[in-house]
Amino acid sequence: MTAAASDLRAGAVARLRLSPPEWPLVAPLGLIFVGFFLAPLALLVWTSMHADAEMTRLGPESWMRFLGDPFYLKVAADTLLLGLKTVALTLVLGVAIGLIFLEASPAQRTALLFIIILPLLLSVVVRTFAWIVILGSEGVVSNAALALGLTSAPFSLLQTELGLIISLAQIELPLMLLPLLSVMGRIDPNLLDASRALGASRWRTLWRVILPLSAPGLTAGCLLVFASSTAAFISQSVIGGGRLIYMPLVIWQQSIVVYNWPFAAVVSLCLLISVLGVIGVIHWLGRRVRA
Amino acid sequence: MADGGAVTEAGATHGVSLEVDAVSHEFGAYRALDDVSLRVEPGEVMALLGPSGCGKTTLLRVIAGFLAQSRGAVSVGGVRVDRLPPGRRNIGIVFQNYALFPHLTAAQNVGYGLAARGAARAEIARRTRQFLEVVRMEAYAERLPRELSGGQQQRIALARALCVSPGVLLLDEPFAALDKNLRLDMQIEIKRLQRRFGLTAILVTHDQEEAMSVADRVAVMRGGRIEQLGPPADVYDRPETLFVNNFIGSTNLLPGAVAADGSVRLAAGATVAPPRPAPAGARVVVSVRPEDVTLHDAPAPDRFPARCRLSLPLGAVTVLDLEAEGGAAVKVVRLRSAEGPTLDGPLWCGVREGARVSMFAEDS
Ligand SMILES: Nc1ncnc2c1ncn2[C@@H]1O[C@H](COP(=O)(O)OP(=O)(O)O)[C@@H](O)[C@H]1O
Ligand SMILES: [Mg+2]
Repeated sequence: MTAAASDLRAGAVARLRLSPPEWPLVAPLGLIFVGFFLAPLALLVWTSMHADAEMTRLGPESWMRFLGDPFYLKVAADTLLLGLKTVALTLVLGVAIGLIFLEASPAQRTALLFIIILPLLLSVVVRTFAWIVILGSEGVVSNAALALGLTSAPFSLLQTELGLIISLAQIELPLMLLPLLSVMGRIDPNLLDASRALGASRWRTLWRVILPLSAPGLTAGCLLVFASSTAAFISQSVIGGGRLIYMPLVIWQQSIVVYNWPFAAVVSLCLLISVLGVIGVIHWLGRRVRA
Repeated sequence: MADGGAVTEAGATHGVSLEVDAVSHEFGAYRALDDVSLRVEPGEVMALLGPSGCGKTTLLRVIAGFLAQSRGAVSVGGVRVDRLPPGRRNIGIVFQNYALFPHLTAAQNVGYGLAARGAARAEIARRTRQFLEVVRMEAYAERLPRELSGGQQQRIALARALCVSPGVLLLDEPFAALDKNLRLDMQIEIKRLQRRFGLTAILVTHDQEEAMSVADRVAVMRGGRIEQLGPPADVYDRPETLFVNNFIGSTNLLPGAVAADGSVRLAAGATVAPPRPAPAGARVVVSVRPEDVTLHDAPAPDRFPARCRLSLPLGAVTVLDLEAEGGAAVKVVRLRSAEGPTLDGPLWCGVREGARVSMFAEDS
């Protein structure tokens, strides 16, 4: 760059700093945010405030119907629990894989990352159907248990919460691993040596050094997996079948099948609010661990 | 302390001996350590000196137990430690980048080793305070490492290593990341702590002045081997190989040949006495330190002519860059106050009487 050009650029930067109205710069992003995020949200709230399916009058009836019905409240609780259980399983798997990653050489790390990213290239539908083959009564799990003599009759994990959690954990695992491994990869290996040299056991090093330093990645992973698994309509419906009912399924039924948009809006907002609540708690816990 | 040195009331420990016996280490096909043997006496400081990549860190990591050597043995206090994990070798280590735990305060860093060994809370607090005082950091106990300067971080790293009373302290390039003034302060600090605790220490460095000022003995390494091991003055005055000669301090290498009468005839045009007898006709390189070159304004058989190209005043001394006949450069260091010929005219260089001159075969 010539001196004149760099002077020009410095001048431009100075002018930018000096001119108070900076909003034109953020306007494009702001408009997108308002148009595609805030406006639909407002529309959702407006829809939910209608009393009847035909949306002829305003009233709290849709909200009352959801909050007053034990069935729907249980669906809400089940959805959040499903998210938490999936998070717990991906957390354990994620940390275990993270420890392997820490010990791996650079080439092995690249290979590991490739293996983790590979499933993301496959559609969720395909991965979910693969789990049907694995979990069904003619599937790998059942046949293996039979062959090992662990059970006397074929069994199916389909339409069970356990089966759903296992498949969701596998499907959502990359969302845990990507932020976690990027944070773990930046831990100075000398810290682990320092801990060992000072006499700490492997467990102590894990709890006192590795996990606290991985906290940002763990929090991000938990948030992503929780938000994604509570909203995993396809996996929930296909693996859960008609027997396990979660909020995304209710939203789909109400909006597409019975055309009760106000009620669908209420369920959507409740899902949004409760997921945000849990995310807030996870975030707060993550900060506590770090401090 | 079951596995530490004996602790006296002042927190002082007694260093123990460290022995490295015929250790070799290979990374794949690459031999990073080749039959290295050394013994550090209790309370002694040894410097491992050598260019980057010669295996200093590898040797330190083998001693500390982070790497299992391919062959050979490591003993601490006369006990083989090859099969012991790093935490049970009675060895403390200060890493080149300090490796302080970034999420723990200075005090928690210092107390980490005691906590890991299951010491009682009160004991941890007491010794942490004591060692923060030892390194004069008690005012910074609650700071996080990122809130400390480089020198302060190093003091905490030292306190953390010393807090578990190791018998041997390993320091990997402890001064490399510090600026020049701080470097001298920390050299004094480390020497002070080492004396106070009677520590056995190995200090890795690629800076020969650092090695000379802090160490009792110096091991010069090259390509995974120890080239020469001895007190700093010996290594400086009597380098055994050309590599050691060049690596330790700056020097003038003057090519020449041994004459029939046993004297050395320098290519630059002077006849000097060899430091040791050599066969007539042998081609040699004579090494003369810059401070051992004398300047004169008249020729003599033991002087060679030269011309001054440049004079650099460096505080108390002046460094002169001379050009001998044939273009060879000769470096001379002389006191600024020293009397001598004017530098503008023709000069003749000689070798100071009693100077340590080294001579090597030309092809070594
Ligand atoms: N983990 C490793 N794998 C392969 N080669 C290594 C490894 N660590 C060090 N080396 C090689 O061993 C040699 C010595 O390295 P090192 O002990 O770090 O040198 P120094 O500390 O003296 O600069 C270097 O050539 C380096 O490339
Ligand atoms: Mg090194």
